[in-house]
Amino acid sequence: MEKQKTLSEELPRPIGQSVPRIDALEKVSGMATFADDIQFGPGLLFARAKRSPHPHAIIKKIDVSKAEKLPGVRAVVTGADYPGLTGLYLADRRIFATDRVRYVGDPVAAVAATSEEIAEKALELIDVEYEILPGVFDPVYGASPEAPLVHPDLDKYAVVNFIFPEPGTNISNHFKLRKGDVDAAWKECAAIVERTYRVPHVQHVPIEPHIAIAKVDEKGKITLWSSSQSPFAQRNLIAKALGVSHADIEVIAPYVGGGFGSKAGLSVEALAVAVAMKVRGRPVKMRLTREEEFFTAFVRQGLVAKFKIGCDKNGKLLAMENQLYWDAGAYTEYGVNVTRAGGYSSTGPYYVPNLRNDSYCVYTNHPVGGPMRGFGMPELHAGLEQCIDELAHEIKMDPVQFRLLNCVKEGDEILTGMRMHPTGLSQCIEKAAQAIEWGKKSPPSAPNKRRGKGLAIMWKAPAMPPNAGSSAWVELNEDGTATLGLGGQEIGQGTFTVMAQMVAGALGIPYENVRIAKPVDTDYSPYEWQTVASRLTWSMGNAVVAAARDARKQVLDLVAEAWGENPEDLDIINGHVVSYKSEETISLKDIVVYGLPKPGDQGWRGGPIVGRGNFMPTYVTGLDAETGQGPRAVVHYTTGAQAVEVEVDLDTGRVEVLRGVAVFDVGRAINPDLVKCQMEGGFVQGMSTALFESLKLKEGIPQNPSFVDYRIATTADIPTEVKAMYVEVPQDDGPWGARGVGEHPMVPTIPAIANAIYDAIGVRPGSPPFSSEKIYLTMLEAGIVG
Amino acid sequence: MSMHRITVNVNGATEVVDVPANMTLLLMLREKLALTGTKNGCASGECGACTVLLNGEPVNSCMVLAVECDGAEVVTVEGLSSDHQLDPIQQAFIDAGAVQCGFCIPGMLISSRALLDRNPKPSEYDIREALVGNLCRCTGYRRIIDAVQKSAQMERAPGD
Repeated sequence: MEKQKTLSEELPRPIGQSVPRIDALEKVSGMATFADDIQFGPGLLFARAKRSPHPHAIIKKIDVSKAEKLPGVRAVVTGADYPGLTGLYLADRRIFATDRVRYVGDPVAAVAATSEEIAEKALELIDVEYEILPGVFDPVYGASPEAPLVHPDLDKYAVVNFIFPEPGTNISNHFKLRKGDVDAAWKECAAIVERTYRVPHVQHVPIEPHIAIAKVDEKGKITLWSSSQSPFAQRNLIAKALGVSHADIEVIAPYVGGGFGSKAGLSVEALAVAVAMKVRGRPVKMRLTREEEFFTAFVRQGLVAKFKIGCDKNGKLLAMENQLYWDAGAYTEYGVNVTRAGGYSSTGPYYVPNLRNDSYCVYTNHPVGGPMRGFGMPELHAGLEQCIDELAHEIKMDPVQFRLLNCVKEGDEILTGMRMHPTGLSQCIEKAAQAIEWGKKSPPSAPNKRRGKGLAIMWKAPAMPPNAGSSAWVELNEDGTATLGLGGQEIGQGTFTVMAQMVAGALGIPYENVRIAKPVDTDYSPYEWQTVASRLTWSMGNAVVAAARDARKQVLDLVAEAWGENPEDLDIINGHVVSYKSEETISLKDIVVYGLPKPGDQGWRGGPIVGRGNFMPTYVTGLDAETGQGPRAVVHYTTGAQAVEVEVDLDTGRVEVLRGVAVFDVGRAINPDLVKCQMEGGFVQGMSTALFESLKLKEGIPQNPSFVDYRIATTADIPTEVKAMYVEVPQDDGPWGARGVGEHPMVPTIPAIANAIYDAIGVRPGSPPFSSEKIYLTMLEAGIVG
Repeated sequence: MSMHRITVNVNGATEVVDVPANMTLLLMLREKLALTGTKNGCASGECGACTVLLNGEPVNSCMVLAVECDGAEVVTVEGLSSDHQLDPIQQAFIDAGAVQCGFCIPGMLISSRALLDRNPKPSEYDIREALVGNLCRCTGYRRIIDAVQKSAQMERAPGD
């Protein structure tokens, strides 16, 4: 028998194979359990929140006495009960607004009642007296000295050491990047493009609305069932906000019906817990209506982005000056860190030697900005990649060649001073251009239509604290199967499948023999920071592989001892321990729990096998507060490119995306089909934000809080084909070289479509969404139509 | 709220249920019969997650009152498979990789089943039209459309 090559040299089965999803059967049969499907019996109470109708106002008085008397009402709570401040990076909010409300939908009280109808009725009986204040509805104005302060107490809030608020203003974080000599560099430029873009707020629109059910027992133990991307972060935030031990909070998180960031951090869960504290022993369900989703769930922050970019006569980028004003809304659960990510990635995936970039997180009286798929990158790239295209045309260079010339390459000293790791970005660009048949113009389908092609590229790093960690355990069962404990969430991306593949590959058992211990439950599951930032395949993957290898080592040590052999001569293949030396073989069955008998009935050796593993990046450094410079800003950047072909209708302005191409460097595709699924779905979500989506806010009030008025892409809108491809330039610390790709596919879609529209009609559409109306008016103004 | 006793056939079984006059079919299925496969995405007939077959026709069950279903036949996602045998459309969704978070899938499957029942040879356009009221935020729809096409072929075979 020949010894197999080590894991790094050759991929063990089923790594790199498109095995079927582990959760598919449950999900097509209606058996998959989501939070609202859990049965709580007749003791269940229903909670509803009383919310502010004003974008900015002082709370003068709250009178709940009438609501409390309504039959069926079991509890009414207000901010008076929960004065503590909470926040992921900057503690700037309370569970209920106490002194003032800061957005339309800010909760001021909540009711628990025996039915949703009674709870709803009780809300009408709560009297709140407000004194209306002037609001802030634009981030550029919000950052100016004239703007009224949304948080006069900003100087008193607790904040982590990498976020820099400016007390006395509405700026909750100012990230600065300074490199080279920008002013001198402008003089060297042969072409300069200067543009401003306004990227509107968009909504995540998971098809499953936010929901949480909380129960508090007589000892004060809190149990929370929630549709959550962040069970452990929620436990942490609730523990801190309420002064309860982490050990007395159990968050149980079943399947998530779409999150895209909106179910990360703490939102509706805090309300459910606050109410449940007052009705001990009774579970309390808090479920957002679709209208509430649009009014009060996290939104993707709006962005006003000003770019000035210049290159020399050969097309080499020389300088960039950006100001990013993020419309963070009333509180900044994640906004401050989106601002930071926007700052330390603000050049896009380009090498630019001279920089002066400022990224401001600005309080406004808009809905609360949360994390959304891409974490600032779709908003940043929307304008940046149009500027790059324009600059290429300006100096009469092909935009693809321009990008190949300037894109980041291994070893480049990128914007923060970090050396770029190996990346396949150039290959991605070439593949995308080739697949869309770049440079070849195809005739339109009708005389009143124009066709065009566009390409855009991107980068994105996981945006997270430097020490965000993962852990896992692998327990072997009597029949030789394995159960994997993990704390990362299945939100549709396929992580349970990929993790099961990793266990199978690292341990040496068939994929079919791996099960996931679910639902994720903070009492039983191992710690995971959050299911965000496209970090699970890489970070949780490393922990899972470590746990599987730990279990494997325990098995091999046991068998080696029993056989009198060296563990290095043993392997586990397809659920059997084999010796390359003695050619002995034994099934994992039974021995992984009961151990092995010593010869001559002289007792036993071994015991139940449980492997453990963890992972935490240890090498990310701080960045200088004044220059944004530091040795290692991020763990890694995933890069990629998209290309599209569009057709614009001159009579209506309608933009039809005919086909799309997506190519990303995933390091290693653990499951190629699932990787492609992310690219296809992400493309359509990006296309939807490019063409249709904008949460229309008028004086802070959402004007289109329904699926009828806030349109997302349907089957009628999608291109005939989204060709998904990948390249694999391995990540040095990823499992088998893998890095994340969950968010990235929607990052370059807006500018790719914008650049294609320009190619079709000769005018740049500017800020999204590129609605028929907008495109028609743009063409009218340019004299293309009359 | 006045209560009404209705008799309704759900997934082949006769159920006698007491429902308040304002209860929707969706809530009756989920809360009275514990058939939670049918999902509540918007409660206003806009997302399609709650689609069920009512006397063979796909409807948004959040837009139908339970009392209207007295004497009716209802099929939910739980009723698509029989004797642990998946309906071809369910198998096709698995094979095509058409499932991600899974929340829209019950409604998608029911709308697809209804389409194939009335049109065994749907064109791409027919499928897109039949599913236009079923919103999905994860998949980008392509694999869902492919799954319906694939199921149609499987159900027609052999010889057609």
